Amino acid sequence: MAGTGTAHLRPDDEVLLRVEDLVVEFHAEGGKVKAVSGISLDLVAGETLGLVGESGCGKSTTGRAVMQLPRPTSGTVRFDGIDLTALKGDDLRKTRPQMQMIFQDPISSLNPRRKVGDIVAEGLEIWQVGDSASRTAKVDEMLSAVGLDPDTARNRRPHEFSGGQCQRISIARAVITDPKVIICDEPVSALDVSVQAQILNLLEEMKQRYNLTMLFIAHDLAVVKNVSDRVAVMYLGKLCEVGAPDVLYEQPAHPYTAALLAAIPVPDPSSPPDDSRVLGGEIPSNVNPPSGCRFRTRCPKAQARCADEEPEVREIGPDQFVACHFPLAPGEAIEFG
Amino acid sequence: MNDALLEVTDVATWFDTDRGLVHAVDGVSFTLERGRTLGIVGESGSGKTVLSRSIMGLLPKKGVVRKGSIKFDGEEIGQATPRQMRKYWGASMSMVFQDPMTALNPVMKIGNQITESINTHLDVTRAFARELAVSLLESVRVPDPERRMDEYPHQLSGGLRQRVCIAVALACGPQLLLADEPTTALDVTVQAQVLDVLESQQRERFMALLLVTHDLGVVAGRADEVLVMYAGQVVEKASTTTLFSDMKMPYTEALLRSIPKIGEPSHTRLTAIPGRPPDLVDPPKGCRFAARCVYVQDRCREEQPPLRPGMVPGHEFRCWFPVGTPEGAEALARNQAAGADTGTVSA
Repeated sequence: MAGTGTAHLRPDDEVLLRVEDLVVEFHAEGGKVKAVSGISLDLVAGETLGLVGESGCGKSTTGRAVMQLPRPTSGTVRFDGIDLTALKGDDLRKTRPQMQMIFQDPISSLNPRRKVGDIVAEGLEIWQVGDSASRTAKVDEMLSAVGLDPDTARNRRPHEFSGGQCQRISIARAVITDPKVIICDEPVSALDVSVQAQILNLLEEMKQRYNLTMLFIAHDLAVVKNVSDRVAVMYLGKLCEVGAPDVLYEQPAHPYTAALLAAIPVPDPSSPPDDSRVLGGEIPSNVNPPSGCRFRTRCPKAQARCADEEPEVREIGPDQFVACHFPLAPGEAIEFG
Repeated sequence: MNDALLEVTDVATWFDTDRGLVHAVDGVSFTLERGRTLGIVGESGSGKTVLSRSIMGLLPKKGVVRKGSIKFDGEEIGQATPRQMRKYWGASMSMVFQDPMTALNPVMKIGNQITESINTHLDVTRAFARELAVSLLESVRVPDPERRMDEYPHQLSGGLRQRVCIAVALACGPQLLLADEPTTALDVTVQAQVLDVLESQQRERFMALLLVTHDLGVVAGRADEVLVMYAGQVVEKASTTTLFSDMKMPYTEALLRSIPKIGEPSHTRLTAIPGRPPDLVDPPKGCRFAARCVYVQDRCREEQPPLRPGMVPGHEFRCWFPVGTPEGAEALARNQAAGADTGTVSA
């Protein structure tokens, strides 16, 4: 599985955001945590790229590294033609209003001591956009846009709101600076099922209304499919597969993608869970990941080549890219466990 | 004949708070036999966790009003004190919780956490208890069980920890296992592994399993019968097949519609349920779902519907204008004609 390779990237002049060969490593007891090892992705203006994978795959770390929070160990992030990794200090700061982030835990991502109106206005305050009156008007506009009543919400504090409402406030805060790109890091995972739907619909509306481009990071495959124009699957710091959701979900080429899809509990009693389709084994350490393809220790199709040679991302169908030496053929079933 | 192991009748659990009495669980009844799995589905605030804790007797000492009857193997435990419950915990009924990290003692080795229960309830030597613990870890598919016995929880992944919790729960061979959102905190592939373990253990031990979850997908594959809870009440009760093929309660329908499904194309607009669950300190006098229901009529706001039986035996629901009935279809049509937004629901 993967990893490296840029075959799935589109020409430079077509994309708004282009991440190449991103590497993020942390020092830890026992060595270096290789959280992200050569991820490349891109976003065309107006697109939503879903980045999906399970715990420890490096998807959140990727999102933060794109934002330079903290800086990646190596790799380039070209945003609107400028390499963010080469920018420092004030020059980097100036790009911040253009790229904003929404986090997983809505309540803890808002300052509990500040009023909602001030939280949402903060971006405009920092950049001294307009005057006090126009800022207030903009805050009100945003609060209404996310479905909250400005008069009641403005002077309250986050703990007075539910998780879903806090996430709406976070969205208002992110969109008010008129960003081009929003990185959503598991924005609905902490929310109840019926609230999730409200927030997903809201994100879609905001995207249309404010011409946003989104990087949507999540572990829930159904949620990712619902919001994305393109999906990238990660495992242990590497890229497995990239493609259009309708194709990737119907005919996964990478065995890991197939395993993820097979594991989803389907709300249909007539299709019971199938033991042979449950992925066995445990996720390896990312301090000492397996050589070659990192997924090989759990892959029923693994062969000697997979240990010796890391697969590169390559095109195997119209807008479908996979990093695997033995990708699944369309319609091919795979047995695990 | 399989007599009910667990009989819950009109159970209510109210919490005394500054704002008043919170009606967390408000009149729930069901039975559960050995070898069967009952799924309890609901969102935050539905009362599902409080219900499972009420059955286990894991409630705060003060400020709780408990009503109704809970019979375990014929013995009444509805008002039992923790001291009285201690003889049941571990030996007859056990619980697996949502977050394995906080459920396990971080400063105790895994092995000791499993043998603790064995040494308390069973009269065996320490050596035997350790052997039993190792074989339990094997049965819940923890690889390299001997080594794991001497490890600490933080050295294991979330999925492994949850399997250890299951081993702890099963150590003394309880007849009833309650699992409260056992896989919610876990990744989807790990979830599948853990649910498989629960299922195979249940089969082998002929246990009754109470599976509490918010995920309809989880109950679809694993439960024989499902209770759907909303605002402290059971709003629909049915066998799993009936629930999915013939759901009657608008809340169940709304819940199913609001979930993104893998089979749907991307960018399908989800029918979100507007609004939020009602305040349980002052529950509405009519149907508790009325404020958010696309089928709502005046009667719903005035009169709380009782749980009524449906066409299929064992199917009960709490609605005046149920899904898939003529009165339900009329109610929906009336609302649509009046300009209400009913999303993708059509009569």
